[in-house]
Formats: sequence, C-alpha cells, structure tokens
Amino acid sequence: MFDLKKNIKAETVDKAIKHLAENPDAKLIAGGTDVLIKLRQGKSEYCELVDIHDIDELKFIRIDDDKSIVIGSGMVFSKIIESDIIKKHIPMLCEAAESLGGPQVRNMATIGGNICNGVTSADSASSLFTLNAILILKGEDGTREIPISDFYLGPGRVDLKKCEVLTAFKITHDNYQGYFGHYYKYAMRDAMDIATIGCAVCLKTKNGILKDYRIAYGVAGPVPMRCRETEKTVINKKVSKDLLDEIAKTVEKDVNPRTSWRASREFRINIIKELSKRATKKALKRAGEKF
Amino acid sequence: MTSHGFREITFSINGKEKKLHIDVRKSLLEVLREQLGLTSVKQGCAVGECGACSVLVDDVLIDSCIFLAVWAHGKKVRTVEGEAKNRKLSKVQQAYVDEGAVQCGFCTPGFIMATTSFVEKHKGEKKTREEIRKDHAGNLCRCTGYQNILKAVEKCINSDLVK
Ligand SMILES: Cc1cc2nc3c(=O)[nH]c(=O)nc-3n(C[C@H](O)[C@H](O)[C@H](O)COP(=O)(O)OP(=O)(O)OC[C@H]3O[C@@H](n4cnc5c(N)ncnc54)[C@H](O)[C@@H]3O)c2cc1C
Ligand code: FES
Ligand code: FES
Repeated sequence: MFDLKKNIKAETVDKAIKHLAENPDAKLIAGGTDVLIKLRQGKSEYCELVDIHDIDELKFIRIDDDKSIVIGSGMVFSKIIESDIIKKHIPMLCEAAESLGGPQVRNMATIGGNICNGVTSADSASSLFTLNAILILKGEDGTREIPISDFYLGPGRVDLKKCEVLTAFKITHDNYQGYFGHYYKYAMRDAMDIATIGCAVCLKTKNGILKDYRIAYGVAGPVPMRCRETEKTVINKKVSKDLLDEIAKTVEKDVNPRTSWRASREFRINIIKELSKRATKKALKRAGEKF
Repeated sequence: MTSHGFREITFSINGKEKKLHIDVRKSLLEVLREQLGLTSVKQGCAVGECGACSVLVDDVLIDSCIFLAVWAHGKKVRTVEGEAKNRKLSKVQQAYVDEGAVQCGFCTPGFIMATTSFVEKHKGEKKTREEIRKDHAGNLCRCTGYQNILKAVEKCINSDLVK
C-alpha cells in the first residue's frame, strides 16, 4: 500500500491545474514510475497526488502546420518508439527511449515525467537538449513556452511554477530538418540501468564541413547539459578523424561530473570523451559523411 | 469523486467484468492478490525492477506493483490465471513446460505474461535472441540461468512462423 493521503483524479489539464491550486501540497503523478518508487521509499512529499495518468489530451504526437513536431507530455516511451513521425524525423529520440528501463517501465514512463523529475540521468533529456526542444507549460495564467535548457534549475529542481502542468514538447522544423543525431548510453548493464553517462549528438553537414554541431550529456554535471565551448570550437570545421579527437579533448573543459558509488569522476570523464567520438561518428555516418 | 478512502472501479479481469470497492492507496498487485485471490501475481521487489508482478492491462505489459489499482478502471486486465483455456495451457505456458524453463517458479507467471505480450505483439515476425533478451529485460530469474526461458520464447515465435 502506498502512504497516500489524497489521490485526486483529474479528467482534463484544466481540472488538474484547479486541483493543484486547491491542494497546495499536492504533486502530479503521470506514469508513476518515479513517484510511486519515492512513496515506497517513504518520502512524504508525494503523499498528496493529482492524477493525470488517464488524461487523453496529453497523449499525442503530431506535426503542426509550421512543421513543428509536438509530443504530448503523457506519451509513454514505448509509444514514442513506435511513432512513425519520431522514427522518420528524430530517430535519436527512439534510441533514447529504447535505452530506458525495461519493457514494463517503457510502457508506463512518460516523457513529461522524465523531464519534470529534474534528474541528470534522464535518458530523454540530452537528446531533447540537442534538438532545442521547447516545453509548453499550462498554469492558472495560461500557457507559456520555455527552452529546455532554461527549465533545469538544479538537481531535482525544474522551473515548474505553482499549479503548472507540462503539456507538450515542441521541436521546430529548423531544429530537426537536415539534422542527423545519435544517443549513446553507457551504463553498467545493457538494460534496466541508470546511465553512467548519456551522450546525444545532433549535427548538420555540407560538403564535408560541420555546419552545425550540438552535443549534450546526462550525468556529466548536476543537470543535463549542452557543451557550448566544444560546439563553438568545431562548427565550420572540416569533418575528419582529427576533428573527433579535438571534440573529445575540448569536451572535457565543458563538463563537471562527480564521483558517486556508480563511478568516479575520472572514469566518467574518460567515458565522456570516448562517447563524444562514438556518438559524433555515428551521427556523421547517418549524415552520409565518409572520412 | 472522492480523493481518498475507497473508490468503485469496474474492469475486466481475465475476461470477466468485475465491480470492486478499492482503497485508492492500493497497487493493482495488492488488489489482484488480496481481493481477487489471483496469487500468480508475485511481489518480488515492489519497485519495478524484477517483473514478478507483470500483468497485461489492455494487452500492455506493466509491473502491477507500481500501478495504482484505480488506473485499472474501465480496462481489461490479464493474469496467468486466465491464460489457460478449457483446461488447456496457452501456447506460451506449454512452451515453458516443454523447455523446462521453470525451477522454483516464482518468476514464471511474470515471465509468461512478458512472453505472451512479446509473442502477441510480434506475431509472424522473426526475432533474434538479442531482441528476445531485450524484450524480457524487465524480468529477473534467480534459478534458471535464462537459457531455457530463451528456448521457450523461441519455440513460441517459431511455432507462429510455421502456422
Ligand atoms: C525500474 C525502473 C527503471 C528506470 N530506468 C530508467 C532509465 O533507464 N532511464 C531514465 O531516464 N529513467 C529511468 N527510470 C525513471 C522513470 O521511469 C522515468 O524518469 C520516467 O520517465 C518518469 O515518468 P513518469 O510518467 O513515470 O513520472 P511520474 O513518476 O509520474 O512523475 C515524475 C515527476 O514528474 C512530475 N510530473 C510528471 N508529469 C508531469 C507533467 N505533465 N507536468 C509537470 N510535472 C509532471 C511529477 O510530479 C514527478 O515529480 C526508471 C524507473 C524504474 C522504476
Ligand atoms: S514486484 Fe513488481 S517489479 Fe518486482
Ligand atoms: S525459476 Fe526461480 S526465479 Fe525463475
């Protein structure tokens, strides 16, 4: 039994916002794969819940008229993997989704919950960072949009205002069209394990030149992060083996991993450097570059 | 709508419609075992790691230990108890028996439901061992060493291909 004081079912997003306003201590529950674990561990901060598990308006993937891809926050990872839109336009997000948990967890865990828990190891986060994903949030005063890079405030802390619900992620056309990406997860086990390091690369090339380059990590710092210095250094350079080495060298200056029981800082840095090469190489291959 | 205490839910369990008053704090695992006596559903870890509590909800494989029972309202729930029809084991169950994929049996109901979901989802497709492993990664077995379980799953898939 879960130690719940309240469990209020919301039929719509607007009702969820209303319930949150009326119950200031209540938290949202979507797939519950984080919240219910915390309740099992006896954490009382989740003892009042507003339940958005069954809200259909949060479960969709569509392409808008302006060609933006919009993913409802209530989409579970197995549905993201199966989505023709995602498979065709942002396959790296399928890779991220496939790397998360096991089948049962992927059938329950939502992409909204993965980002709102504020955890640095969230497998979908680094890919969404490289896609410049925009979060659509709805609250008492209406809707606002914010880039994912501004959403993370610190470990476990995100910029969710009082009574706000994350409704969707938007990836605009200019952020996926012509881009090729890859997500590489390094963990102690091949399945059912939290990333030791997760690395996402998304890039665009023209005539053998790196026209745009984005690299993001999970677990390389307190929150998921882009490596802006590295990106600046390598954009407009010629694709080559040396460039891969340069990326691996520069990326070390961008990151700040810590030692935990899973892995030491030194080990993580070693993995960070190697994954930068592997993920970039794979993305370049997808872009049709030979070197 | 009550926010706490008890709530009435209706759902289909192994093909039968049921109406239950349930404590909103309970997991689906607890309701299945305690209120319906469906003790094939096992609690191993209670935190989504071992898959011993796996059941199908609207034919989707989930861990019932981290699934609120109230979420089953209006849905179709399947456990191992409902898989044998007319005193005949399901194809998946029979394959586990034939391949000796069962030792202590604690993980078996969860594995059967995982394989059932896998076989139904990939009907008529050829699957590699790697794909079978990946789709059973949410289930742990402390006894068999997995080899015979893999063989059982392969047998189900192959018999589908022959038909
Ligand atoms: C066995 C197991 C293995 C796992 N493996 C992985 C893994 O490999 N990689 C990984 O990244 N994660 C993993 N997880 C963690 C978890 O499954 C994911 O983080 C998942 O995406 C969380 O989504 P959820 O819908 O279950 O979230 P919930 O538990 O419902 O919610 C998580 C948090 O987000 C908030 N929230 C949820 N939806 C919204 C919304 N729409 N608006 C605002 N706030 C919201 C909740 O209030 C809560 O704080 C694992 C979990 C388990 C149990
Ligand atoms: S008891 Fe549910 S996954 Fe272990
Ligand atoms: S047969 Fe004993 S745990 Fe699998």
